[in-house]
Amino acid sequence: MSGLKELKNRIGSVKSTQKITKAKQMVAAAKLRRAQEAAEASKPYASRMANVVANLTASMGDGSGGPKLLAGSGSDKVHLLVVMTAERGLCGGFNSNTAKAARLKIEELKADGKEVKIITVGKKGREVLKHAYADLFIDHVDLSEAKDKYTPFAIGLGHDLTARFENGEFDVATLVFSEFKNVLTQTPVAKQLIPAEAPDDAETIDLGGAIYAYEPSEPEILEALLPRYLNTQILSAMLENAAGEQAASMTAMDNATRNAGELIDGLTLKYNRARQAQITKELIEIISGAEAL
Amino acid sequence: MADKLHFSLVSPARELFSGDVDHVIAPGSDGEFGVLVNHAPFMTTLKNGVVRVEDNGETTMRLFVRGGFADVTPAGLTILAEEAVNLDSVSVESVQKEYDEAHRALLAEGKDANPALEEQVSYLEDLKAALVN
Repeated sequence: MSGLKELKNRIGSVKSTQKITKAKQMVAAAKLRRAQEAAEASKPYASRMANVVANLTASMGDGSGGPKLLAGSGSDKVHLLVVMTAERGLCGGFNSNTAKAARLKIEELKADGKEVKIITVGKKGREVLKHAYADLFIDHVDLSEAKDKYTPFAIGLGHDLTARFENGEFDVATLVFSEFKNVLTQTPVAKQLIPAEAPDDAETIDLGGAIYAYEPSEPEILEALLPRYLNTQILSAMLENAAGEQAASMTAMDNATRNAGELIDGLTLKYNRARQAQITKELIEIISGAEAL
Repeated sequence: MADKLHFSLVSPARELFSGDVDHVIAPGSDGEFGVLVNHAPFMTTLKNGVVRVEDNGETTMRLFVRGGFADVTPAGLTILAEEAVNLDSVSVESVQKEYDEAHRALLAEGKDANPALEEQVSYLEDLKAALVN
């Protein structure tokens, strides 16, 4: 009898787990739609901005003599890694993939003899990296209060990075985050923030030999543009990360729901078998009892 | 209608406008300027102000931008605004209310205490002025 009861209890507990994972999946699906829309809405601005930066840098030559954010500090000894992950778990390999990419990057930089500093964004990445690199942490950005409003956080982090760079705290800043390819794939990527780099896929427009006119002067425009470019890059990374987190969470919860379903089927089969065996046994006992009389 | 200017206005939140128009007047930081088709390559920073879009001889749209950049290339005009609102979609009352709140908060904190808030107040002031006109 105890075997039957145990099975029944297990089926019950797996069923309630399945209910939870199913609810989490639906929540993630709803959040994903919003996060994806936000990420896509910010794309035109980010890509136009990248084009403008590409145009400007192309017309400036090698960028030397320009603002430090573009030209760099003239050295590359101290690297700052900004590792961006989610605030919550239950999203499959999302956080650990990003952390792994960060770890590879850190080891690579260390092997090259560079000094590495880390700023973490999002709690989960910090937890993973804490074991090996706690001494490299210099700051942390908590996004748990962000609630889909990432702009102030992006601007804050951008200002912070600029200030640290001007204080000479680092030479090169790289952002590690998850690129949102589609709902099924999010790939961790490393993107150099400082010195500013125009992306390879930015369109440079052929001016047909004409010369750009700048108002006010070119350095002044660059001075105003580069911090904004930095903020924009951080913001779009945050938005992509948010969308990626929800997508990963949805996929993970979908898998969990399916696994729970399989488990329930298996257990139900076992339960029914045990129940039938019990009935058969009881029948045999009654019949042989009757025959003996 | 090949001789039209391709104009797009984007803010970090979204793309507000993208299309072909005749004439765009924008508030450059060194003065207001107009852009017609085949304008020479030109780039400028913007100050808070109204971007006017003209098509077929009449003003079709007025947008208020909060700083940003204008980039004129042979491909057209791109305005990257920090923030932008279509003046037809906001009411004087709601801006007035927002302005009052920000102004009160600024007075409460004292002057120079919060540059970001100060900037917000001056932005709302400019926006209000643009709405009234």
